[in-house]
Amino acid sequence: MQHWDYRGLAMLEKSSTRTPVVTLLRSPVARAVVSLTLVFALGLIFNAEGAFLHWETHRDMLRQVSVYGILACGMTIVIITGGIDLAVGSILGLTAVVFSLGAIHWGLPPWQAVLLALAVGSACGALSGGLIARFSIQPFIATLAMMVFARGLAKFVSGGQKISTAVQQADGSYHYVDTPPIFNTLGSRVLSDDLAVVTVILLLCLAAAWVFLARLRWGRYMYAIGGNEEASWLAGVPVKGMKLLAYGLSGFFCAVAGICQAAQELQGDPEAGATYELNAIAIVVIGGTSLRGGRGNIWLTLLGILTIGYLEKVLSINAVGEESRLMLTGVIIIVAVLFQTRKS
Amino acid sequence: MTGISKSFGGITVLDEVDFDLRPGEVHILAGENGAGKSTLMKILAGVHRDYNGEVSLKGQTVRFRSPREAYDHGIAVIYQELSLVDSMSIAENLHLGREKVRGGAWIDRKGQREAAESMLRAAGIALDTTREAEHYPLSSRQMVEIARALSRNADVVVMDEPTSALNEVEVEGLFGLMRSITQRGCGVIYITHKLEEIFRIGGRITVLRDGKNVWTSSMNEVSRDSLIAKMVGREVETRFPYAEITPGETLLRVKELHVSGESPGMQAEINVSFALRAGEVVGLAGLRGSGNSEVLQALFGAFPGCVTGRIELAGWVTERSNPREAIDQQVALLTNDRKGNGLVMELSVRENITLPSLRRFSKAGWLRRKAEDRIARTQADALRIRATSITQEVGTLSGGNQQKVVFAKWLETQPRVLLLDDPTRGVDVGAKQEIYELIMQLKRERCAMLLVSSETPELLGLCDRILVMNEGRIVQEFTRSEATQEDLLHAALGLSRFGDA
Repeated sequence: MQHWDYRGLAMLEKSSTRTPVVTLLRSPVARAVVSLTLVFALGLIFNAEGAFLHWETHRDMLRQVSVYGILACGMTIVIITGGIDLAVGSILGLTAVVFSLGAIHWGLPPWQAVLLALAVGSACGALSGGLIARFSIQPFIATLAMMVFARGLAKFVSGGQKISTAVQQADGSYHYVDTPPIFNTLGSRVLSDDLAVVTVILLLCLAAAWVFLARLRWGRYMYAIGGNEEASWLAGVPVKGMKLLAYGLSGFFCAVAGICQAAQELQGDPEAGATYELNAIAIVVIGGTSLRGGRGNIWLTLLGILTIGYLEKVLSINAVGEESRLMLTGVIIIVAVLFQTRKS
Repeated sequence: MTGISKSFGGITVLDEVDFDLRPGEVHILAGENGAGKSTLMKILAGVHRDYNGEVSLKGQTVRFRSPREAYDHGIAVIYQELSLVDSMSIAENLHLGREKVRGGAWIDRKGQREAAESMLRAAGIALDTTREAEHYPLSSRQMVEIARALSRNADVVVMDEPTSALNEVEVEGLFGLMRSITQRGCGVIYITHKLEEIFRIGGRITVLRDGKNVWTSSMNEVSRDSLIAKMVGREVETRFPYAEITPGETLLRVKELHVSGESPGMQAEINVSFALRAGEVVGLAGLRGSGNSEVLQALFGAFPGCVTGRIELAGWVTERSNPREAIDQQVALLTNDRKGNGLVMELSVRENITLPSLRRFSKAGWLRRKAEDRIARTQADALRIRATSITQEVGTLSGGNQQKVVFAKWLETQPRVLLLDDPTRGVDVGAKQEIYELIMQLKRERCAMLLVSSETPELLGLCDRILVMNEGRIVQEFTRSEATQEDLLHAALGLSRFGDA
């Protein structure tokens, strides 16, 4: 929480004449909470004949938003350094394919398939980070290139096919193999069916990202670089290494998301994750982490995840058509961000 | 301009300044760095809108709300920092904001090119107007800017040290140009440090010091020495807490430190040798662009790949390739630009203080938050940093308190050599005094310090020795007892005290 408590103090000093309530409302966390509350209230009003009041609805919402949320963990770190990672959706697709290939086609033990996917994801991220750090390529450009490249690589290794339990033989016929147990485990629910496993994984990712940003030295460096890169360099911060690390971590989270996605779909789809980068960025920005870098934290991202999740859920249980849903989502993202970034 | 006053965040920069310009004259505006010359001109040009006092132009009181409005009233300013758009052609630059258009929107490229060529011809410059500005050297670009100002038939042209990037031939060209526009009845306000120029082209001169009018006079009543005396002023108002200490062993020895002119922001190649002893404060004097500030940065490893030479620190020969190494060898640099590269404004007082020494405040990567808190609090108390708490965002503190955070941050690295680049810039008087006392305390603790300051009295008041730099070289060395403000200025201007002055 350290990254908003001092902001609260700074504002107290600036606006000592204002009432405490107004002051509180000006902190980013409070604003994010307000956005979430409004969306939640919409759900209570338009509750689709009580559907919103059932736990299953919330459980499904959490499951559906989990993959986006995992991507947003890495995106938060990258955005705090003042960068952006457009490649997360593609790396998700690539790692979903690699994981499925390993676990289904090559028959690797589950832990090896998981490690392989994590390694591929982290390597892709680190490559973006390396380009950004070593050659001073703008993050937007470097990760845009990685986005296209990783998607191509996913199609290349999968041969353009979805990697499922239907394995094509040399003679062209299909031979069905058993679904590896890890797919079922990751796609199932725990706590007497009340929480999806992928949601548990999301919570673990959020915790890991929180530890990194708020408790580790390298997390502090991320804020410093995002706030003032030159001052950080002059203070001895290893700026290049930290950028490599930030994008590498983002790639790692992409791989986690890719594994979850593959497990839920029971296949590795090379097209998986397309446009997910936009959801991840929207989550981080709606939470209130500054795109300029140096400000923000994982709690804001958690609020962003819930806001986006509930928004989609409220629209879908009310059977709003996809066209209107997309348009409304666009409008609401802008409204939320305007609310979040309005200068005091 | 009468009774002009202006302050930035509580610091008075201009105090009841009067200035006037007659048609057809060149009026020199002189004074040391920070005397308020540029601020006065920015008020005239409509850059600063909130000031006290009155500006009148041709008998009418005016108050410009934007640079554009000042321009439309015939005031053209050529700033030190160039304002050409690098990626646009010379012709496009000359027409920026007043494009020649046909049919309401279609840019008349041929017409612009022809007009641009005639503008340059009028200014006596020959350049290819279709090439982008970035292909031309600084001097040519400066000439283009001058041509742009002249083309708009300005009545008042302000030139802020226009010759700093020009060679002798180009300077001659510029002076020729100035003569022709003054003959047309245009008045020129000319800011410069260079005595030669003052005497060559000046009609009248006004000297500013610490934001106040010191003196206005016609040039033919002025001698070199009286002018220098006016510029530096006799009285030294601040009391410097100088501590007499016998310096210890040589801590830092620099042999032929060479910084190539290609590193960013550099005007001349640098080549210096000197030594620094424990408990000694050595000043590096010199005008802006003389390279004194760059020497500090080079010693700190801030110009990787551009520095050659030998740096010996307490007997160790070091290869300085980045700031991290410098910090590990207990060298610290306080830069002259807090906002730009001194502090991370988004982070708290605590986080800024521990940033360079964060490795000491973490164990296997985990931050030792209690130790961090304790140290930050100790430093904040010791330096009397006025903040609501150590978790306050640094960006919300006053300049003086921010500078104390900079000191705290570097003291926490336990430096043996402290490189101070204008440590009191933008700091109020009270905080200045505290910083002076801090420097003396560090001196007693045997820290070696190299001091660059835009205020010469600081150098005289705090330093044991003063090295004067001019165009990247050390031209003269003074001991504390023999240095005077006049001598320093003479040397910094590249003149010898006993020479042809």
